[in-house]
Amino acid sequence: MKMAGIELPLESYPLQALVSEPVKPVFPCVVMSNTIHAYISQSDKGELVIGAGTDAYTSYTQRGGLHITSHALEAICELFPMFRRLRMLRNWGGIVDVTPDRSPIIGPTPVPGLYVNCGWGTGGFKATPGSAHVFAWTIARGEPHPINAPFTLERFRDGRLIDEAAAAAVAH
Amino acid sequence: MLLIECPYCGERPEPEFVYGGQAHIARPPDPAAVSTQEWADYLYRRDNTRGVHAERWRHAHGCGRFFNALRDTTTDHFLATYRVGEEPPAAAARVRG
Repeated sequence: MKMAGIELPLESYPLQALVSEPVKPVFPCVVMSNTIHAYISQSDKGELVIGAGTDAYTSYTQRGGLHITSHALEAICELFPMFRRLRMLRNWGGIVDVTPDRSPIIGPTPVPGLYVNCGWGTGGFKATPGSAHVFAWTIARGEPHPINAPFTLERFRDGRLIDEAAAAAVAH
Repeated sequence: MLLIECPYCGERPEPEFVYGGQAHIARPPDPAAVSTQEWADYLYRRDNTRGVHAERWRHAHGCGRFFNALRDTTTDHFLATYRVGEEPPAAAARVRG
């Protein structure tokens, strides 16, 4: 993007997650707590997949602090005491691209034929199919789909931020 | 977790601090005199450096003061911390493991 003269208001933060040992099916859905901030679901292999928010500082190390994962596990154990003795098998971190309003940027750039779909931050994975659909629509028709129309690069200049943290009622 | 050397209190654990983002970004003295793009750049455009990053930290659960730091974002090693108003130390000032 820099080569094309496009500046994106992105910063890269570590995001950690953990999986537990596999257990028999005990959890039929995804649960996300806004108040104490953690999410949990069970994979087809039986592992509980757990995570929360990013570490506080920008980093490309793909790792973060233990206090972040401890906070997530305390929240999970408070919600579901039955998981207190579950052993965690793996903990890892990645890099997430975060925008100032925590909402993605999906649409055209000032450069003709150059489109951008980024800034999904901590919330992107589950939106992948939908975002691909509206992005393909945008590219094919040369104009955004109604769903991604507000998610412009220019909204940061124009003050039309889309506050994902407020919409999801949880600090991002 | 990180161990961060507050210039006033010494080395303290990360949970005592609040991250303050990229350092040395001056607020335009007259907001009405700059364009909307310049104002948006002040608010939102950041270098997101992959390497030595000058940033602010606030010792929220200690002395409460802001200070600056040089941290390598590819290793999370702090090269230096320095007070507000001071010049960033030369790159080889100090390396912490």
